[in-house]
Amino acid sequence: MHGVEPLAVAQPPPQAQYARGGSALAVHIYGWLLLLPAAVLLVAFTHYPAVQTLIDSFYSTPRGRRGAVFVGLDNYQTMLADPVFWRALQNNVVYATSVIPLTIALALAMALLINGKIAGRPFLRLSFFTPTVLPMIAVANIWLFFYSPGYGLLDQILGLFDSSTHNWLGDEHTALGCLIAVAVWKDAGFFMIFYLAALQQISPQLAEAAALEGAGRWYFFRRVTFPLLMPTTLFVLVNAVINSFRLVDHIVVMTQGGPDNTTALLLFYIYEVGFKFWDTAYAATLTVVLLVLLACLALGQFLILDRRIHYQ
Amino acid sequence: MSQISVQNVSKYWGATRAVENVSFDAVAGSLIVLLGPSGCGKSTTLRLIAGLEQVTSGRIFLGSQDVTALPPAKRRISMVFQSYALFPHLTVAENILFGLRVRKVPAVERTRRLNRVAALLGLDSLLERKPSQLSGGQQQRVALGRAIIAETPVCLMDEPLSNLDAQLRAEMRREIRTLQQQLGITMVYVTHDQSEAMSMADWVILMRNGRIEQAARPEDLYARPASTFAARFIGTPPMNILPVVPNTGDLLFGIRPEHIILGDTGIPARVQSAEFLGADTIVTCAYGGQTLAARVPGKAAFPTGATVGVQWHPENLHFFDAASGLRRDDVATSPREMPASPKNAPSFEEKRTCFAQK
Repeated sequence: MHGVEPLAVAQPPPQAQYARGGSALAVHIYGWLLLLPAAVLLVAFTHYPAVQTLIDSFYSTPRGRRGAVFVGLDNYQTMLADPVFWRALQNNVVYATSVIPLTIALALAMALLINGKIAGRPFLRLSFFTPTVLPMIAVANIWLFFYSPGYGLLDQILGLFDSSTHNWLGDEHTALGCLIAVAVWKDAGFFMIFYLAALQQISPQLAEAAALEGAGRWYFFRRVTFPLLMPTTLFVLVNAVINSFRLVDHIVVMTQGGPDNTTALLLFYIYEVGFKFWDTAYAATLTVVLLVLLACLALGQFLILDRRIHYQ
Repeated sequence: MSQISVQNVSKYWGATRAVENVSFDAVAGSLIVLLGPSGCGKSTTLRLIAGLEQVTSGRIFLGSQDVTALPPAKRRISMVFQSYALFPHLTVAENILFGLRVRKVPAVERTRRLNRVAALLGLDSLLERKPSQLSGGQQQRVALGRAIIAETPVCLMDEPLSNLDAQLRAEMRREIRTLQQQLGITMVYVTHDQSEAMSMADWVILMRNGRIEQAARPEDLYARPASTFAARFIGTPPMNILPVVPNTGDLLFGIRPEHIILGDTGIPARVQSAEFLGADTIVTCAYGGQTLAARVPGKAAFPTGATVGVQWHPENLHFFDAASGLRRDDVATSPREMPASPKNAPSFEEKRTCFAQK
């Protein structure tokens, strides 16, 4: 029993204690008990659901008294033949390839701006960061107003030049673009903080040394600042990729995937299939595909970029 | 011909006067050291020459050109920073070549110059390494390489050796001096280490509170310090400075530790400590409230607490005005205050509490 007391553990080295008291088991139990709370949470909410989702994707959806039946790859075949899945995937690719570079570029530009000596710097920092603290639901509602036909902010501004109204979120050609703008606005401030922190790690003497050699601002940014920011960029990139597949709150609030599925992203489609159509097996199948996709992207980013990045 | 000419240059930040009315000239091919304690304005002066700071008033000439308003890149100078300012993600070769790439020097010429500099500094085998894989001394060489590959006539150095250990510092000191003479560069070198200044410089500019305290050749700075500040800043241990007796309150005299003769005769003093340095020993003696350091050759046999006689030759004395601290050469000839010979040497004031020695 004495092995459980912290003081008894601290006094003689653990090995000596095993030899003397033979209480190795007690030490192990003690350790596992400490790990238990975290382990329970992880298993219950991460590992078990993930494995169960994978299993469910090989079974049919249980309905009423009819239980789940093993169907092999049937769900996957359904998916390949599902035009809405392909549409959602295509939408998500367009969405991700727009949101990620735009967010990163804007975050970097804002960080560079407020890292320099400009008037009103604290105010600018605060205003760039504000969208980050707002919940996505609130952001979506604000932008819903911006996009409202006729009296929305955007139409009111455009109304100064021409009198026609635009149904920004109801038009197939503009709806996805509108959601992209919201996502960029929401995330850029957050990523800016990381860039700002990284920029302040770079010694100002590097800029002075480069200035003495005659390097212009752009040259210095291209050859020194940007390469030194690469670890941050990788981190931001991984997060931006995950966010672009993970965040669908604004779709729920603003478009519900419409018009004609032009704003249906993968996760939103999974949500619809799972909790509106209650086809849980098919939703599990789509989830597995999404997870595999994300895992491949993250792995690729680390494997390809990591080798080319300089870490301090 | 003077390569660098600094004329009445001042730099203020609001009410702070970092550099005030500083003027000096550097002959082409010479090594000028800006020396002083931290905060004396020496680094600011260097940055003004480099163009990294703008002067508040005054003019700076490099060669015959007035560069006061020019940006750093147009001044044709190179600089070595205290932190070396190496680009951590670039290899040694790319660090050295950085400036040549900016200036779009052709590849053939770049390679030729890189090979030459690498051979000169012994960096041949390190060219593909990153700065983080180098020792402090090697990083220092890369920074030097980046400065000399530009082949500019003027090179500025901001405490380049302060991050190295003592042995490496002495080695690099010689190396930089040799390089400077070999390549005929005009160099302005900032340091707070007086031994670095004395051993390397053709001309030392001692600064204090943004002003020039004394500008002289190293040997003159040592032999004829212009003020008590200069006298105490140069030399290890520094010059002993004590009030003259009979005390009129307006005169101090100074004597270098190596000019003090310890023996059986002279003013009696008590040995406080003896610090053996190998070739010589620094003996600290007390008389009343004053202490003075003496350098005696070899291992001196003066036990702590023993009484010794202190003597000196009158020609080794320096006199300073007590109020202004400035040197007074008129005094040495005056017989009244001559404290020099052992018989009528200055007797120290017993009750004086301020220590001449720090």
